Amino acid sequence: MSNPSQRKPLPLAVLSTGFVIFWLIVAAFPFLWTMWGSFKVEGDFFSRVNWVNAITGPITERQTGSPFTDAGYEGAWIAQEFWRAVVNTAIVTVSVVVISLTLGTLGGYALARSGFKYTFWLLMAALVFRAMPHVTLVSGYLLPFFELNIWGFLPTTIIVLVAINQPFTLWMLHSFFLSIPKDLDESAMVDGCTRFQAFRLAVIPVMWPGVVTTGLFSFLLAYNDFTVTSMLLTQENTTMIPKINSFLGSTQEEGKVMYAVAAVVSAIVPLFALILFFQRQIVSGLTAGAVKG
Amino acid sequence: MPHRTFLAFIWPSLLAMILFIAIPIISVAYQSLYIEHEQILVTSENCGPFGCTSSVSVDRAAMARLVEEQPAGRYNGLGTYTNASHLATDEIAAIVASSENFNEIRNRIMNLPFYKALIFTLAYTFIVTPLVIVLGFVIAVVVNSIPQMLKGPVIFFSLLPMLVTPLVGSLVLFWMIDSRGIIGAGLQALFGDPTLSLKASPMLTWVTLFVYGVWHSAPFAFVVFYAGLQTVPTDTLESAMVDGASRWERIRFVVMPYLLPLASFIALMQLMDNFRIFEPIIGFSAAASATSLSYLIYSDLRAGNSPLFGSAAATSMLTIIGVIILLLPVLHRNWREFSRKV
Repeated sequence: MSNPSQRKPLPLAVLSTGFVIFWLIVAAFPFLWTMWGSFKVEGDFFSRVNWVNAITGPITERQTGSPFTDAGYEGAWIAQEFWRAVVNTAIVTVSVVVISLTLGTLGGYALARSGFKYTFWLLMAALVFRAMPHVTLVSGYLLPFFELNIWGFLPTTIIVLVAINQPFTLWMLHSFFLSIPKDLDESAMVDGCTRFQAFRLAVIPVMWPGVVTTGLFSFLLAYNDFTVTSMLLTQENTTMIPKINSFLGSTQEEGKVMYAVAAVVSAIVPLFALILFFQRQIVSGLTAGAVKG
Repeated sequence: MPHRTFLAFIWPSLLAMILFIAIPIISVAYQSLYIEHEQILVTSENCGPFGCTSSVSVDRAAMARLVEEQPAGRYNGLGTYTNASHLATDEIAAIVASSENFNEIRNRIMNLPFYKALIFTLAYTFIVTPLVIVLGFVIAVVVNSIPQMLKGPVIFFSLLPMLVTPLVGSLVLFWMIDSRGIIGAGLQALFGDPTLSLKASPMLTWVTLFVYGVWHSAPFAFVVFYAGLQTVPTDTLESAMVDGASRWERIRFVVMPYLLPLASFIALMQLMDNFRIFEPIIGFSAAASATSLSYLIYSDLRAGNSPLFGSAAATSMLTIIGVIILLLPVLHRNWREFSRKV
């Protein structure tokens, strides 16, 4: 930036700085506001009098004796058994990530190495499947699942999420495998490996960045899912996001809204941590599909 | 790779996709041809000291047997597709016959549930997608010009709206636009109208959902464009500068053409994702003034104590047809590229 011709004129610099600050507020402020507000009582978070109350919390202080309260979290996690939903979410997301990566690396490798015409049709079918609204698929599941008596169990949900996740996982891993030179596994096979050994011993070790990135997106899909989990699991045995939705219906009375606020913040915090640690992989994953155009 | 090895590697993921994506689509097609059984009614007479009264009730045992035998319901052909809550062919014919001008026809068709949902879905898809691309591009260009050490934190905060669960993200905004929330109260003060509520009018609800959609997806476009900007060849930029191109001309004639393929990639992703808009309608409790195709299916499946499988399946089939129409240009282009390569 030492080149004087690249230096910005002052108005443009002010304008662009202003725009960045504006965008940061738009992107981050709602979350920070809700996190701060989740430690208040409803009268402050939804203040009829003055919005400053949500920051200072006079009613919270009057009701609980301190400007911060964890009543919302206590109510949601213990009284409404949100912890149960958290455990379920953990089981579902971990299983979905592990299974879809296992299936996806095998399939993606095959698609990247086979030159036959049907790989094109498989990838196109995967693209169409990727575009299907999840709820249309769910309307196909419900009746057969009722008939087979496998509705409402976590394993069913896990398998369904894995399948819904497959098209995306295949596309992403396929493009990562394409970037690994064919010579690598072919020379391993010349040295006497079978195709599977070459895959496991020569290709997978250099694939870790791609696998981690794809895993992150599988995690996000399973963690963020509302459609599948809310339709395939019972009210008592559900995951976090449907649980939050059920708070909204049943808890209109005073104070209960704060349960939902606390639960929402509890669902956001893990994502904060995820972005903090994996920002680079997320960015590279978002652009992985774009490179191929 | 021989066919055999290919199959050995791909069968697990192929099986999962066939079982849980392809077969459900067939199952949806099948279910859409059936509707719920009619209630089997029995009339019973209760005779008491003051004479006899007859009451009609549902014969539960017989109903259970019938459902056992034919779980999908009774055959209805394409009847579900043409009834009032789907394509509504009869209603539209009646409306066209009895209305005087185009506006009236439009308003009355807008009241039919399927068309109401279809129009909102299309409006959302085709308004939010271009706005996301434009906003994402502007953010990318601006962020690319700020000092290096600030870029990391800016990207961190920018990713939040996109990665947070749609339902959770829409709830966060929904609480803020509540008339007792900070944005809702702020707007009331700004317009000096203490009764202003974003939830009250259908128009404002639509705008709120559009704003949410842009807020949610702009980070995606931003990140893709930002990564693309890093690869713009500096030689071309410098020679444009030598030729006397201004800052704007460099963006317009060098950067934009270079990033065009990325824009079409974002457009494809956004069309697919926006067409299935669903969670925000629940998060914003907007179902009264804005419903989408996905929401219609969801509410059919959630209807009372017995889900309306037939109705949901018919809407699903129509949605799937919509998705395929949306994707046709992309499939066509990919096919042309592929056949050129082979």
